[in-house]
Amino acid sequence: MPVTYQNPRYAYRRPDAVGRAGPEEAPVVIAGGGLVGLTLALDLARRGTASVLLDEDDTVSFGSRAICWAKRTLEIMGRLGLGQRFLDKGITWNQGRVYVQDREAYAFDLLPEQGHEFPAFVNLQQYYAEEWLVAACEATGLVDLRWKNRVASVERRPDGALLGIETPDGPYRLHAQWLLACDGARSLAREQLGLEFLGQVFRDRFLIADIVMRAPFPAERRFWFDPPFHPGQSVLLHKQPDDVWRIDFQLGWDADPEEEKRPEKVRARVAQMLGEDIPFELEWVSVYTFRCRRLERFRHGRILFVGDSAHQVSPFGARGGNGGVQDADNLAWKLDAVLRGAAPEALLDSYDAERIPAAEENILNSTRSTDFITPKNGAARAYRDAVLALTTATPAARPWVNSGRLSRPAVLRGSPLGTPGGEDAPLPPGAPAVDAPVLNRGRADWLLRHLGGTGFTLLALAGEGAPPPEAPPGIARLVVGETETTGGLFDHAGLVARRWGLAPGEAVLLRPDQHVAARFAVAETHAIAAAHRRAMGHAA
Amino acid sequence: MTLATTPNLADPDAFYALLMQAHRGLDEDASRRLDAALVLLLANHVGDMAVLAAAVQRAREAVAAMPAEQGLAAEGRGGP
Repeated sequence: MPVTYQNPRYAYRRPDAVGRAGPEEAPVVIAGGGLVGLTLALDLARRGTASVLLDEDDTVSFGSRAICWAKRTLEIMGRLGLGQRFLDKGITWNQGRVYVQDREAYAFDLLPEQGHEFPAFVNLQQYYAEEWLVAACEATGLVDLRWKNRVASVERRPDGALLGIETPDGPYRLHAQWLLACDGARSLAREQLGLEFLGQVFRDRFLIADIVMRAPFPAERRFWFDPPFHPGQSVLLHKQPDDVWRIDFQLGWDADPEEEKRPEKVRARVAQMLGEDIPFELEWVSVYTFRCRRLERFRHGRILFVGDSAHQVSPFGARGGNGGVQDADNLAWKLDAVLRGAAPEALLDSYDAERIPAAEENILNSTRSTDFITPKNGAARAYRDAVLALTTATPAARPWVNSGRLSRPAVLRGSPLGTPGGEDAPLPPGAPAVDAPVLNRGRADWLLRHLGGTGFTLLALAGEGAPPPEAPPGIARLVVGETETTGGLFDHAGLVARRWGLAPGEAVLLRPDQHVAARFAVAETHAIAAAHRRAMGHAA
Repeated sequence: MTLATTPNLADPDAFYALLMQAHRGLDEDASRRLDAALVLLLANHVGDMAVLAAAVQRAREAVAAMPAEQGLAAEGRGGP
C-alpha cells in the first residue's frame, strides 16, 4: 500500500548447515532483524565482534511504525555513524502543542537551549532507519545477515542456546554461545522459554493512519483532546518526510477494528479533520490496542532479551523504539568485553540492573499518559476533564495535561558499575553524556563525537596552571581546555565546564556507551583504574 | 508543614454553604468534575506533597470506615 516507499528485497542465501547432521556453531546470534536487532549487530560490529542475524522476512519494516527518534537515540546513531542521515532525511522538531476542543491549551519546548548536535526529536519512518542499518551492517563484513531464516525453536543450554531454524531450503540447527532475542513483542524465544510477560492492557483502540498530503502545518507534535472533528476522543498529528503525516485517532474500546480500517471510513475521518479542500492519499493504516508489560528479568543465562521482546509500552511518549535502542547501546559493549575476555560474564548481570529500572521508568510514564488519555473509570474521567477545563485560564493545571511524557534517556542511578561520588553534580554517575559545542584545531566540532566509541574515555578538563589528569593504561584520555592554548578540544563557549559541572584538573570516566562511570575532583590514576575495573564488572 | 486536622476556617458553615451552592444545578458528572477541579486547584495551592499525601490517606481511611449502606442511606435520605 505505501506509495512513497518501496521495500527493498534482500537476497536469501542457502545456509551451509542446511542438510548437515550436527548443528552449526556461532558465538553470537541475534534473533530478529528489526530496529533493535540491527542496532545491536552494528554496535557489536563497530567494536569488532561478529554476529549471525536471523530474520524470517527479507525486507525492512512494513509501514512507518516507530517514527519519533529521541535525542539520545540520535546520539547513539551518531556514535554508530548514522546520525547525519537521520538529520538529513528526518523532520526535526522540538515543540509540542496540546489543544483542548478548539483552542490551544499548552505548548512545550523539549530542547530550549542551543549547543547540541542533535535536536529533541527527528521524525522518520522506521523503514529508512532499518535500511541504513542493514547497509551499515553489511559494510562492516562482520554481520552475517540471514534473510528468510525463521527461528522455529529455542532451547536453553548451559553453554548458550540451540536454535531450530527453517529456510526455503529446509531446516537446520544453530548453536549460539550467546543468543540475543530481539524478536519483538510476540517473541518466540520468550514463549519457548516459558517466560511470563506481565502487565496491563488498556481497554481502548487507536487508529493509526499515515497519509500523504501537502499541508501547511508546522513540524511539531500536535495533540488534541476532544476536538470538534473527533468529539470525545483524542487525536495526535506528526509530520514525517516525503509529505507523509501520521495521525492517531482514539476510537474507544467498542470500535470494530476491521470496520475502522476500511479506507472509506478512514478517509471520512481524515477529511473531517483536514476539511474538504486538502487532498490526501492513504499510505498505511492500522488499529491498535496498547499494552504495558515486561519480563521479570531480561538476562536468562546466555540468552538476553532486548527491546520489545523484554518490555512493551504504549506509544505515547515514544518510548518503545527509543527504549530498545538504549537497550542495545547498553548491552553491546558489555557483551563485546565479555567475548574478548576483558570482563567477567557477571558484567552482563548489570544489563538487568540498569535496563530493568529504565524499562520501569518507560512503563510508568507511558502508563500514566495512557491513563490520562484513556480514563479507566468515572473518577479518572472527572479528574482528566477537570484538568482540561482548567488549562486555558489557569497555568497551574497545565503540567497535569498528559498527552505523552516524551522519551528521556535513562540515568542509571545506583548501578553496580558506577563509582559513588558526585551524585549532586549535573551529570552524576550513571548519567548519559551531554553534548556541547567545542573547537577542534579551530574548527567547529561536538564533544559527543569524541566520547565512547570502542573503549572507556577519561574526559579531563585543563586550564592555565591546572594540567589535565593522566589516564591509566588502556583508557583513552580526552582533554578539553578552558583556554585555546591548554591543548585538546577548546571549550570556547564554556559549555563543557558548565553542563558537566567540571573545573580544570577534574575528570569524568565514561563508559563505551557514553554513560558516566565515575567523577573525580582529584583524579588519581589508581582511583581511575579502580573505577574502570568496577565498571567492567570485576569484584572490588 | 503538617496537615491541619483541627478547625482552621473562621466560618466553617459559610464555606460548606458555598460548596453546596457551587453544586446546585449540576448533574452527577458535572458535580464530579467540579469537585475534581477544586481538589486540583487546592492541591496546587498547598504545594506540599507530604501534606497532600496525608490528606489523601486520611480521606480514604474515613470513607473506607463508613459502612457502604450508611453511605447509600445518607444519599437517599430526604427528611430532617
